[in-house]
Amino acid sequence: MVQQQAALLKPESLVSEFKKNNVTHIVTIPDSETNYLYELMKEQPWLEVVPTSREGETFAIALGLIVGGKVPVCVIQNTGMMESGDSIRGMSLDANFPLVMLIGYRGWNRHGIITDSAAKYTETFLHAMGINYYLLETDDDASRISVAFEDARKNSCPVAVLVGDEYHGFNRE
Amino acid sequence: MFDSADMFRAFNPHRGKSIVLVTGTCGRDWRGISEDEKRDLTLQGAMGQTNSAALGFALSQPDEKVVLFDSEGCLQMNMGILGTIAGMKPKNFVHFLMDNGVYATTGGQPTPNSGNINFAGMANEAGYASTFSFDNLEDFADSIEQVMQAEGPVFVAMKMIPKVENEPIGRRVRSPQRSRGETIKVMQEELGIKMA
Repeated sequence: MVQQQAALLKPESLVSEFKKNNVTHIVTIPDSETNYLYELMKEQPWLEVVPTSREGETFAIALGLIVGGKVPVCVIQNTGMMESGDSIRGMSLDANFPLVMLIGYRGWNRHGIITDSAAKYTETFLHAMGINYYLLETDDDASRISVAFEDARKNSCPVAVLVGDEYHGFNRE
Repeated sequence: MFDSADMFRAFNPHRGKSIVLVTGTCGRDWRGISEDEKRDLTLQGAMGQTNSAALGFALSQPDEKVVLFDSEGCLQMNMGILGTIAGMKPKNFVHFLMDNGVYATTGGQPTPNSGNINFAGMANEAGYASTFSFDNLEDFADSIEQVMQAEGPVFVAMKMIPKVENEPIGRRVRSPQRSRGETIKVMQEELGIKMA
């Protein structure tokens, strides 16, 4: 039990990473497992949350923000990432600007067979698009968000961070 | 219905220092009419998504008026953006819709339920601060100053004459267009925007 608690990926750690990397906007569709993260982001005076109607919008809105000198992060689920294919291509990959996308890895686990096709095709999709990615499982991995930012800035391209923990603390108890 | 080139000529004197984005077949007419290309921004690049990119830019530069000339074919691909824009309440955003009722660039096939959708009504119900509708140039010209003075987000539906292209793509004469990257670079220099 103690080990499981220690493994929690805390939303506070993600928000801290956003601040460290001068993030100004979160462009997002909240999913069922991130309501506490959403509330926490809304509480930050230095961060503006942009709720969208579908995930494809997030990459286009992010492009507009980047062109205007801001630092957005797209926070969506893997299902929405796949829905966003053409937006990722045209508004992110072709634009050659750094962008970090935080992707909820629905259906992923490391303890058994993956049956959810959303998880099955997530990394396949990223490989097809040529997008590099980093996996977060525990709080110790949170610094990988900064690594993703370094990667995105160095190569002027989108980079994904997959949130693949199974017992995260993104929901209120 | 009225002609998009006439519409742009009527709009141009009221442009001020606005950042202007265009999309769709009708939008091509702006290139020959604009007198401030440093403030013309191209953010096309994905199906129906210019409106989303324009919103992002408007949010990034709240002190700059951002004017988008969208098309109904694009908007119908991305209708949820009406709610997204209304929710963010960008006071500096004017969203014109050039509704020609067809996909002009692919030969003039009608857009879904062409001619029967009340786009301004949809924007109004989504929560835009104000909406307008025009089906003739005279009314548009009489009201454009009021439109540009209104607090955003503003939505302006306009019935445009379609300019259908039927020539095979390889035979079409294309006027030179500035690339997306070029317009971004020039506009950032104009506004003094530095990439974060």
